[in-house]
Amino acid sequence: MDLHNANAFTRREFLHKGLVLASASAAVPAFIQSSALALPRTGAALSSLPGVPQDRILLVVQLGGGNDGLNTVIPYIDDMYYRARPGLGIPKNAVLQLGRGSGVGLHPAMTGMKELFDEGLCAVVQGVGYPNPNRSHFKSMDIWQTADTSATGDGWIGRYFDAECCGSGKGESGTPEAQSQPGIAIGRTAPLAMQGRKVKPISFETAELFRWTGQDVHEALVDPYRQVTRRGLVDGIDPDSNAAFLMRTALDAQVSSDLIRKAVRRKSSVEYPRSGLAQQMAMVASMIHAGLPTRVYYVTLGSFDTHAGQGAAQGRHANLLGQFAGAVRAFYADLKAQGNDSRVLTMSFSEFGRRVGQNASGGTDHGTAAPMFLCGPMVRPGVIGKHPSLRDLDNGDLKFRIDFREVYAGILTDWLKADADTILKRHFRRARIVRA
Amino acid sequence: MHSATSESARTRRAGSRALASIRDSDFGHDQARHLLWRAGFGGSPEQVQTLAAWGPERAVDFLLDTDKIPTDPVKADRFDKDIMRPPTPAERRDYRQALQRRDEDAVAKFRVRRQEAQRADRRQMRQIQQWWLTRMIETPRPLEEKMTLFWHGHFATSYRTIENSYHMFVQNQLFRKHALGNFANLLFRIIRDPAMLAYLDNNDSRKGKPNENLARELMELFSLGVGNYTEQDIKEGARALTGYTFEDDQFVFVANNHDDGEKHILGRSGRLDGDGFVTAILERRACARFITRKLYEFFVAKLPTDPGDADRPTRDALHELSSAFLRRRYEVKPVLRRLFLSEHFYRPEIINQQIKSPAQLAVGALRSLGTPVRDLSIILDAMDLMGQSIFFPPSVKGWDGGRSWINTSTLFVRQNTMAFLLTGKKPHGYDALADQEKYDPTPLLSALASADPGAERDPARVVDFLLRFTIGSAPDHAASTLRQFVANNGGRIRPDVVTGLLLLITAMPEYQLC
Repeated sequence: MDLHNANAFTRREFLHKGLVLASASAAVPAFIQSSALALPRTGAALSSLPGVPQDRILLVVQLGGGNDGLNTVIPYIDDMYYRARPGLGIPKNAVLQLGRGSGVGLHPAMTGMKELFDEGLCAVVQGVGYPNPNRSHFKSMDIWQTADTSATGDGWIGRYFDAECCGSGKGESGTPEAQSQPGIAIGRTAPLAMQGRKVKPISFETAELFRWTGQDVHEALVDPYRQVTRRGLVDGIDPDSNAAFLMRTALDAQVSSDLIRKAVRRKSSVEYPRSGLAQQMAMVASMIHAGLPTRVYYVTLGSFDTHAGQGAAQGRHANLLGQFAGAVRAFYADLKAQGNDSRVLTMSFSEFGRRVGQNASGGTDHGTAAPMFLCGPMVRPGVIGKHPSLRDLDNGDLKFRIDFREVYAGILTDWLKADADTILKRHFRRARIVRA
Repeated sequence: MHSATSESARTRRAGSRALASIRDSDFGHDQARHLLWRAGFGGSPEQVQTLAAWGPERAVDFLLDTDKIPTDPVKADRFDKDIMRPPTPAERRDYRQALQRRDEDAVAKFRVRRQEAQRADRRQMRQIQQWWLTRMIETPRPLEEKMTLFWHGHFATSYRTIENSYHMFVQNQLFRKHALGNFANLLFRIIRDPAMLAYLDNNDSRKGKPNENLARELMELFSLGVGNYTEQDIKEGARALTGYTFEDDQFVFVANNHDDGEKHILGRSGRLDGDGFVTAILERRACARFITRKLYEFFVAKLPTDPGDADRPTRDALHELSSAFLRRRYEVKPVLRRLFLSEHFYRPEIINQQIKSPAQLAVGALRSLGTPVRDLSIILDAMDLMGQSIFFPPSVKGWDGGRSWINTSTLFVRQNTMAFLLTGKKPHGYDALADQEKYDPTPLLSALASADPGAERDPARVVDFLLRFTIGSAPDHAASTLRQFVANNGGRIRPDVVTGLLLLITAMPEYQLC
């Protein structure tokens, strides 16, 4: 054989012969098998079953680095805001005011979000945080992702999947076992939030890198490759070892590669902005369109750590907020064209807001409470909660009014129909964010 | 008499039970291979054989005593330091005047010049990345580059934020200079390092308006770990660091911006400056414990979040290592020497259980399999997709390592990077212009041939040898698949068949471990 002469074997031939789903193999874990089998069911078929849990999808948008909430949802009627931010304050006439009487408005770069708000597709939850706020990026991000103020344990979405997928007949949280697939995270690294004890997320940055190119070299490699990568766990390997972890991941990679590459080949009818976040959300929309039975998707936009040179109505922070709002706007236009918009709820969060006063470098330092955005036709639209006081501060920081786990509880209970108390490990009053 | 002497020598060498030294007779192919992977980036079959024949002491000293191996010194003018030179006072004045005159052409010219400089600097950053990757691939002192990588991950600083390639180069040289030196010295240097000062915003931290970023990370991530300092220590530490900044590529202390008032940091009081702050840190036992844990995780195995959850031998080993670290006043080399000579380091549950970092995977494949280097920029892109872009760590926390390297997507990138190195098939989708330089895998088999002439032509022996060399063991399921592959492709060991075997082996989940 000559490895440099692949003429004997074209790519098309390979696709024809090679991509047979491994779902029949005994080695495939049950949840992957069921997801592979569930694939023929289209989104349309699913949405004709209102109220059935697998009908519903959650998209999480992580704004990494600590988004300056005070310049995102702006209390423009409060002079304290302008006094604390002599260089960074957004002029009142530039703020995109959210209805009459709320006293707050969006940053001028967020026109896309303002449109969603005006159409009744957006809720702004104000002053979200948690007790004894931690100002370390990593610690606070872990707190949000584990839904635990000690920042330890599995991810909150991971715990949801563990409860849903791995019960016998009934999910451990008391809901019927869903034929769901683990969550999909777009990005380099899978977030802690998605990591369960049993269920791990699928993650990738771009779909065309989601396959082995070695098999294009010669057809004689295809079968032995499948044998060495799709065999799952080998007898005698400690299931907690790194070797076992790698074998499981290798098998997951093979099966999901087949499904996902097919899904994202679609061209959307809607034009997305040219930003990384928009491209991630376009991929999510395509996977939803393909009817992948995935319940939770996760996308990320970083660089919100604006210690210096943050900018005001224009500049670094404005660009980030514009990317965020524009991507969500296009995503819902796409979903609406597909007829899937009411199946998808989007939630954004950041690990913390920033201090009320600006610093000497034209930026802001790590702070505490900040707003969350919830989008989709099924959210209870409007401004939820009051803006935290700019006078009653905790060491120069905003005091939170709503615990973020109340928002999680609302999503778990009213949207995903799961047992929030079990997943969050204690009871939280749930924020009413889903339409009754 | 004779036996008593050797007995006491052994006890002395052993030090104590937790870090008892490995016996010469227990140090063979597998242990030498393990040492080369962990204290470096893996080795060729000949290198493994050589270290195994030397025995543990000579092998470990060879890797540790890097100064005995000559290399070309790196000159400070290796890269251009003036690309991002800030404007001179005269230039700044001209710019201000142009703004006042509303001379838009002049203003635009200034902006264009700035953008050109930034583009040139990004090109130079790319060259510096390639330069370092080449060092890792070619160095005769693998542990020096490995420790440079360790410090880069520890004192993580990203070009993305500071946008000054020469500062990144200077910092990299600092890590190389102190690679196996003294941690305390490095800590005193790092608060004067321009890249770090810019990255953690200390360059405009001044009296009355201290920026807490460097003070916080200095304790949280660089020396003590969470829980070993208070928010008050951060506030006071930030005051101690005011006025620590840089001009061009040199540290400067601006006394006017420094807060020289009384401070209380970690139990130390006085008119502390940055050195006083660092001294207070170094006096804490927690510092030696924290750095020892990080070294252990880098070279041996990941530890549970709560150190109390580690098994007894591990806890004892950590305790002894951190005591030794403190006793030797933060000298790194003696601690690593004890670790690499210990039985503990060669326990079966340690060998072949570490997930290779992207650098270990790529550099290790080049050094151990001897593939062509092909295209450094493709390797760097692939490392980026695998989650490790050198000089661009994701955050000040560095890379988490371990299982966080692996997900379904990085696993494909890892397999595809190996396919690229072995065949020239580019890892980015379907590129018609494959690199045609052919890989010759036959030298790999010469160790097998010299040990047992004729074995290099026996498919079963070759399969067994390749598996043991690449993944450290030859599990039946894989061996039979690979023997079948040889049988289906002419039944004879030819270079293309060996490359095919390596393509399959490097796609195995086990290849991600070392």
